[in-house]
Amino acid sequence: MNISLNIPSAAAMTSTASNGKYAVETNNLSIYYGKFRAVKEVSMKIERQKITALIGPSGCGKSTVLRAFNRMNDLIPISHSEGEVLFHGQNINSPDVDPVQVRRHIGMVFQKPNPFPKSIYENIAWGARINGFKGGKGDMDVLVEESLVGAALWDEVKDKLQQSGLGLSGGQQQRLCIARAIAVKPDIILMDEPCSALDPIATLRIEELMRELIQNYTIIIVTHNMQQAARVSDYTGFFTIDENRAGFLMEFGSTNHIFTNPNEKVTEDYITGRFG
Amino acid sequence: MNASEPSNPPPNEAVNIMKDNLPARHAVGKVWNVVFLLSTVFGIVILLILLGDISNKAFGYVAIEAKVQPTTLTASGTPLEQLSKDQMIVILEENLSKNRVKTLIKEEPLEERSKDDLLSIVVAEVVKPKVKKSWPLSESLFNKEAVLAEAAKTYPKAYVEFRNWLSRDFISSPQSSDALYAGVRTAILGSLDVIFLTILFAFPIGIGASIYLQEYAHDNWINRIIQTNINNLAGVPSIIYGMLGLTIFVRVIASLTSGYMFGYPNSDPNNGRTILSAGLTMALLVLPVIIINAQEAIKAVPNSLREASYGIGATKWQTVWSHVLPNSIPGILTGTILSVSRAFGETAPLVIVGAATYITFDPNSIFSKFTTLPIQVYQWTSRPQDEFRNIAAAAILVLLIVLLALNTIAILLRNRYSRRLP
Amino acid sequence: MASYSDTISGSDAPAQEIAINLRRQPRLGETVIQGFLFFCGAVSIFTTIGIVVILFEESWRFFGSPDVSLIEFFTNTTWQPKLLEFGILPLLNSTLMTTLFAMLIAVPLGLAVAIYLSEYATEAARKMIKPTLEILAGIPTVVYGYFALTWMTPLLRDIFGKNTVDIYNTASAGLVMGILLLPLIATMSEDALHAVPRSLREAAYGLGATKLETAVKVVLPAATSGIAAAIILAVSRAVGETMIVAVAAGAGPNMTFNPFKAAETITGHIVRISGGDLSYDSIDYNSLFALALVLFFLTLILNLISERIVKAFREEYE
Repeated sequence: MNISLNIPSAAAMTSTASNGKYAVETNNLSIYYGKFRAVKEVSMKIERQKITALIGPSGCGKSTVLRAFNRMNDLIPISHSEGEVLFHGQNINSPDVDPVQVRRHIGMVFQKPNPFPKSIYENIAWGARINGFKGGKGDMDVLVEESLVGAALWDEVKDKLQQSGLGLSGGQQQRLCIARAIAVKPDIILMDEPCSALDPIATLRIEELMRELIQNYTIIIVTHNMQQAARVSDYTGFFTIDENRAGFLMEFGSTNHIFTNPNEKVTEDYITGRFG
Repeated sequence: MNASEPSNPPPNEAVNIMKDNLPARHAVGKVWNVVFLLSTVFGIVILLILLGDISNKAFGYVAIEAKVQPTTLTASGTPLEQLSKDQMIVILEENLSKNRVKTLIKEEPLEERSKDDLLSIVVAEVVKPKVKKSWPLSESLFNKEAVLAEAAKTYPKAYVEFRNWLSRDFISSPQSSDALYAGVRTAILGSLDVIFLTILFAFPIGIGASIYLQEYAHDNWINRIIQTNINNLAGVPSIIYGMLGLTIFVRVIASLTSGYMFGYPNSDPNNGRTILSAGLTMALLVLPVIIINAQEAIKAVPNSLREASYGIGATKWQTVWSHVLPNSIPGILTGTILSVSRAFGETAPLVIVGAATYITFDPNSIFSKFTTLPIQVYQWTSRPQDEFRNIAAAAILVLLIVLLALNTIAILLRNRYSRRLP
Repeated sequence: MASYSDTISGSDAPAQEIAINLRRQPRLGETVIQGFLFFCGAVSIFTTIGIVVILFEESWRFFGSPDVSLIEFFTNTTWQPKLLEFGILPLLNSTLMTTLFAMLIAVPLGLAVAIYLSEYATEAARKMIKPTLEILAGIPTVVYGYFALTWMTPLLRDIFGKNTVDIYNTASAGLVMGILLLPLIATMSEDALHAVPRSLREAAYGLGATKLETAVKVVLPAATSGIAAAIILAVSRAVGETMIVAVAAGAGPNMTFNPFKAAETITGHIVRISGGDLSYDSIDYNSLFALALVLFFLTLILNLISERIVKAFREEYE
């Protein structure tokens, strides 16, 4: 198993994630469904305030790895993992870590937009409230507005905050989900194929939004769309599966490098469309 | 090898063979089509017959014979309705025993009673009408002369009138041993009280159990046993729940269910045949069905909603309370109302738990003795006299109307709910 | 200004390291709630334990009495507690007879309705038939009992003669019970027919089969196990049914194979005796629990068989 790491700056790599450069890192992370190992020994470092894309053919575990960052795999009873995911100096896979707390700091946007069947305002306010928001109605109004502005949705919905979130178009719903996620001020936003259910124009808007969001957040995105990864991301991790159908990280590096001059032949074959 | 003859018949013959039985097959098909259709129509027809039969017995002519002819009560032979209060008081004093008059006066002085009240006492205690025969609605409408003729011949001393067995009086009167005066008020109140308690116990526990099974329970042996157990309990005959209720609620915890522990007057610490026991028994009966229905409603909430909630850092209960429950409540309510309406019509378990055979006072607390509408129907149906069939039919109509109302609410809820979620 | 109850990082200075506590915190509220919800689930276990314990305990007392023997219970053809005769056969026989008559109506008609709904009916027809079935299934059994006594019995007496048919008889109760169970067989069988894949039907049509032949010779056999499960479940309900037989079948155990005579069923007997004056801990009282235990086992076994068949059927087609 080869991993090529090609990082532009010469900053020394240390394995503690309390170094400010990396928002989160994984160390030999393996994820199992029951006895089946779906993901094999992934080690990567995600740089802060950059967009990292995880690409690769279907079934190679990209989404599974993504969901490991916020312990969402816990929702599947037979799923368990080995290895470390280091965030703020702690291994979030450890049994004394509370997944609820992790998800407060590492948010997620899903493949199919899933706003709550509540008003636009409530969609954002609810997450803030359960995470201990201390403030009156005025403060909440400010937070809602900030979040909607940050998700490039404010102008379109500012007059209809009390309407149901489900009444928006697909692209707007997804931006609402992004607003909901940033309202609790996470470190990292995970995006699991966020544009695959959207039309090209909505997709473009979200890609533009992502480039703005990294001023404040770190983004890790899983995408099937190679052009999207090439357009939008700073770093790319290419996943593929081995002969045991376990997914693993074949190559990781700057997007530029991966897409113009990858180290591995398999990577090059995928990029040029020979398979996948 | 011999010169072979073609093993297949020449093509034309083959086609002829297949063509010949086709009309026969189609004919058979048509016949069975009719058979299936008729079987289906049978269901509709039988339902109409049932409803018709009951309505038939709830209205019709009756031949009533009075012990004392009303017109003989006054010298002038005036009909009762036209008598004044004073005249009626005189009749009462003349015809009733002294003790009875004293009792009546003690309840309420005769002069202060209303005219209707006095009239009903005169009728009930002096005139003492008795039903000799009742005729169904169909005969009363279509065979009027024959009915009147038969009445005149067989019951010459009786007068014939058309009677609505299902009348306002019927609904507001308490139980009575005389069919003419019996009403379903006690029974309706008893039913409502029991059902209220049933919902009070079964709804929270049922919802709690279904939330536990769908949202919290891991797939281990305990939880699998709980689920299988619930599925099996749903199929246990209701009579067995009655025996469970009898043993546990009526006997073992009798001092609680009878109210003796709380100082309820006239309570027997060994006999808990009260509304409370009935409510608890029925709650156990409907619990499995409520749980299964609620589980379906909770399952129907899309997983993406849960993921959105967890993703933002919500705990399990926060997710259930703020997202899963609100979006499954309509389905849960529909299932609950349907279970409750089934419980409303249950008879056997309540007979065993000890519905009273004869009570005339309204139930006024959970420690009261009780009777319910289906039990009333059962008791009246068991009496041989004609007129009890009539009031049983009237009671059945009341029962069916209540059930119709409950089920309509459930269906409206179901339709409204299926429009709401995307 | 918006603020949160614990510190947030990542919004302004990227390299700033602010401590975040990710450790598990005790959430008392969550634990209490989970405990309460588990208790709710456990209530059902208590119920089953309660039923089993009670039935076994009282039956133990019953069979422990010197006047009662297990063999006699299952072989004697007389049930007369006053004479200390405790043979279940007359009651069981009556239960089986009413069940048989119920199935005579419910199975053929229920299947016919299922076939009609599944293979023939138009959307408009279904809209009318389905509610009718739901109504028939929802009518309280005591009302059916009334119907059996006041309509079915006079009808039978008109057809077969007043001397042949008693006022209380098992045929009348059984037939009306069949009406009660018809919707159950119809809906479950329709589900089973519906689960048979379209491709099977299309194969038959493709060969030139008529609608009837497809329905009866191809689809129906493929749905056999689902239909069997429906019938077994209906039998279980018939065995446990109380009010129809209590009102119309007769009051008094009677060992007879003549369906036109009165004969009390197991359930009818239990309800009649409990409805009267009953001294607890008398042998009469205990005998009821022995009867209930037999009833419980019968219905439990039938239900389990039906459930097993449905599960196997579903696995076959999904």
